[in-house]
Amino acid sequence: MARAATTADAFNAVAELRRRQILDVLSEGEMPVNDLVARIDLAQPLVSKHLRVLREVGLVDVRQEGRHRRYRVNSQPLQPIYDWVRNYEELWSRRFDRLDVVLEELKELEDEDDA
Amino acid sequence: MTHETSSGTAVITLPTDTQILITREFNAPRHLVYRAWTTPDLIKRWWAGDRGDVTVAEVDLRVGGGWRYLMTANGGFEVAFRGVYHEITANERLVSTEIYEAFPEVEAVVTNTFTEKDGRATLTILVEHPNKATRDAQIDSGMEGGLQESMNHLDQVAISLR
Repeated sequence: MARAATTADAFNAVAELRRRQILDVLSEGEMPVNDLVARIDLAQPLVSKHLRVLREVGLVDVRQEGRHRRYRVNSQPLQPIYDWVRNYEELWSRRFDRLDVVLEELKELEDEDDA
Repeated sequence: MTHETSSGTAVITLPTDTQILITREFNAPRHLVYRAWTTPDLIKRWWAGDRGDVTVAEVDLRVGGGWRYLMTANGGFEVAFRGVYHEITANERLVSTEIYEAFPEVEAVVTNTFTEKDGRATLTILVEHPNKATRDAQIDSGMEGGLQESMNHLDQVAISLR
């Protein structure tokens, strides 16, 4: 598929392992940066840097609450990635569905041999 | 679709820029999944999915031995993949190279791992490409013809076998 040749899209944002970890943790719910730092064992300045990238592509939203900023996931920008992979996934799903049928037969043959 | 042979759905993730990871659980022990994965007559029955017919499935299952699958797609064109086995641990692990013959200069490394819990196998397929562009191209190839496929086809086969 055609992809924008920009460094600031969701594809690139989630290509980084630490940013995927941040999204995984945030998917459990909104939290301040200190909680994130505790969860993924990474220095706070680095977590903040990754959060900035994720905010730039819209994958993370931020909300001020009292003295704290709380971060949460916005999964909307992941939709193009899902769409992109879906057809490849479809190929494998159809293969595996057929494999299920083959496996049922192999199981029956094995049961007959055991009988 | 829910019936007793139902297994998990395929889960596809992209762990790094150059990798594709495919995971699937089966309602069968792993030695049977391994058999279906490595026996030519059985490969012919599943490898094309709904996209055509497997007309050639060659498996020389030894380290340094080759494999080659040829599919005649529903549109009439042929699609061939081949590779060489690098590591073989029966029923557990199978590592081979994989080349799509239309782009023979691109060689991926595929690691199949078969695990089992309570009689159910989990297969993980890690595809490692030389670079991001070829990895992305492989995922793009999933687009071809995918949308025209009948989603119901396999369900019908499964029902007719009951």
